[in-house]
Amino acid sequence: MQAMPKWADAVLIPLISILLAFFFSGLMIWAIGKDPVVAIQTMIQGAFGSTNGIGYTLYYTTNFIFTGLAIAVAYHARLFNIGGEGQVMLGGLGVALVCLAIDWPHWALALPAAMIGGAVFGAAWAFIPAYLQAKRGSHIVITTMMFNFIASAFVGYILLNYLKVPGSMSTESAGFSAGAHLPTFHEMLAPFGINFSKNAPANISFLIALLAAFGFWVLIWKTRLGYEIRSFGASETAAKYAGINPVRITIIAMMISGALCGLMAINNVMGEAERLIDNAPEGAGFIGIAVALMGRNHPIGIVLAALLFGFLYQGGAELTFWEAIPRELIVVIQGLVIMFTGALDNMVRAPLEKLFLALRKTKEA
Amino acid sequence: MTLMKSFLGAAATLALTAGAVTADPAIIFDLGGKFDKSFNESAYEGAERWAKETGGSYRDVELTSDAQREQALRRFAESGYNPVVMAGFSFATALETVAADYPDTKFAIIDMVVDAPNVRSVVFSEHEGSYLVGVAAAYAAKGDTVSFVGGMDIPLISKFACGYAQGFKSVKPEGKVIVNMTGTTPAAWNDPVKGGELTRAQKSAGSEVVFAAAGGTGLGVLQTAKDEGMLAIGVDSNQNYLQPGTVLTSMVKRVDNAVFDAFTQGTELESGINVMDLSNAGVSAAMDENNASLITEEMKAALADAEAKIISGEVVVHDYMSDESCPAY
Repeated sequence: MQAMPKWADAVLIPLISILLAFFFSGLMIWAIGKDPVVAIQTMIQGAFGSTNGIGYTLYYTTNFIFTGLAIAVAYHARLFNIGGEGQVMLGGLGVALVCLAIDWPHWALALPAAMIGGAVFGAAWAFIPAYLQAKRGSHIVITTMMFNFIASAFVGYILLNYLKVPGSMSTESAGFSAGAHLPTFHEMLAPFGINFSKNAPANISFLIALLAAFGFWVLIWKTRLGYEIRSFGASETAAKYAGINPVRITIIAMMISGALCGLMAINNVMGEAERLIDNAPEGAGFIGIAVALMGRNHPIGIVLAALLFGFLYQGGAELTFWEAIPRELIVVIQGLVIMFTGALDNMVRAPLEKLFLALRKTKEA
Repeated sequence: MTLMKSFLGAAATLALTAGAVTADPAIIFDLGGKFDKSFNESAYEGAERWAKETGGSYRDVELTSDAQREQALRRFAESGYNPVVMAGFSFATALETVAADYPDTKFAIIDMVVDAPNVRSVVFSEHEGSYLVGVAAAYAAKGDTVSFVGGMDIPLISKFACGYAQGFKSVKPEGKVIVNMTGTTPAAWNDPVKGGELTRAQKSAGSEVVFAAAGGTGLGVLQTAKDEGMLAIGVDSNQNYLQPGTVLTSMVKRVDNAVFDAFTQGTELESGINVMDLSNAGVSAAMDENNASLITEEMKAALADAEAKIISGEVVVHDYMSDESCPAY
């Protein structure tokens, strides 16, 4: 019998954790001589107070939904994919190659092609560590982490030697043609009479991320493959006894994970930058780990956690713009949120469980 | 008459307050952050100097992601900051789209040319400053070989190398300049170990003076030059103090002056291309007490002569970036 009702597990614990994180962040802000209340107001106002702010928040959210889902797929098979960053980089390369290959007449054609490009490159990058884990027993945590560095060097090499505009000093590819421009929220909402900020980078990829979250739910809980992934994750020996092939599941789960990471590139490379830049993921692959952890590997939790991190990124940017709070402190605040919601879960859970048990006892008595 | 007077007075007050709203300038630092001991920090010092001398205040921000470039530009322009200064060529793409949307705001970008009526593009004649330190190297070297360590292999760094080689060969036409780049990725800006290895290799090939235009990598070059008994030449800011006695001079790029000037001109910022060269002390060979013992009278005279000839146009230093080729190597 569960110690706590389900709603307390899903809503109350994360909420208390976040409040604790904000309390300690407030202390930090107060310690450097700024007003924590003003700071929180600036963050909320900056992230949700205007369509421009919302557009940036949702742009970051889209990135984190993709990488959060990716880490979660692997995690259901008890595979810890630390290589999201590298898989996003390779996905970006795939998307860029597709976008640069031909002069796309319309985004509706370019988008599916770019999605395939990104997913295939991301999946292929995840395949190598997956194969090494399944066949050779090389630990996936070590190999995927190492593959981040290889990806960074590899994409840098391709950028400099093949994609860079000759004579340019920036390590970036040429801009994509107008036909590969994805509709932004401004363009999507204008027909409905909603005037969304035209400068915000949020684009149609957000809807694709939500679709991916739904697809994730169907895959993990409604298909045979999902059942196999979960069984393998719950107990490898039992899964083997039931006739589930561990090599197949390891490789498939990791390739789905890599493909989801690669898909993120339609948002940051195709939707925002419209060209491939060096280090395009900017840490989204690592944030995905925190998002999956906080979202309890469930798509609804992941979408909400991604929104929280989108808020932290955009609100954090506003803090550095207007409150002159150094950007290093923003990283501290993000770290506190990760620590309280992920690592210190039991600190909140244990007393709450006791409280609920005590309440139940008094009720029964 | 009195009515007219009060109307005029009101209008004047309005005009004054309207001017006061848009007083403050702003600066945006690149991803490296404002305390990078190099380019951004020099820009920061210029802004601080302006604040100290005028008592004015300014807004600054350090970016954390590429998507924030355009965002920061727009937020500052919308809020009435004017002028908005950007440290680094990476802002070019964002500025091209933003500048047109805020025609009343003045922008200044350093190290890049963006063609718009309200943009001031500050570019440095690094080739001229490098020519001067090349001349200094030629006088300091007993033999006829000197060398160059670049950071990332981009045209801008070849511009340094090419100016340096031309300066050296103006004194020793038959001499040899060894040119090495640390790498082809941004990591090449911060690899002091590899910088040291390249310096050692150049030493064994006969080099006596090494010019480092390589960001953080250069610190390794300066250190190794000292260990190996060579002379080194610093870059961007005055680095003579880093290894006193073995740093011959530094090719100084006055990014701080560029920021200071832009802030001083304020809303009246002159747009167009602003070339910082020898004639307006935008680039120079640094002289101070740390390298005084290394600079001979003969060298001093040669440097003054070369500087005067470049300013007068008698000597034209070839700019590598104009055609991506160098006549001197």
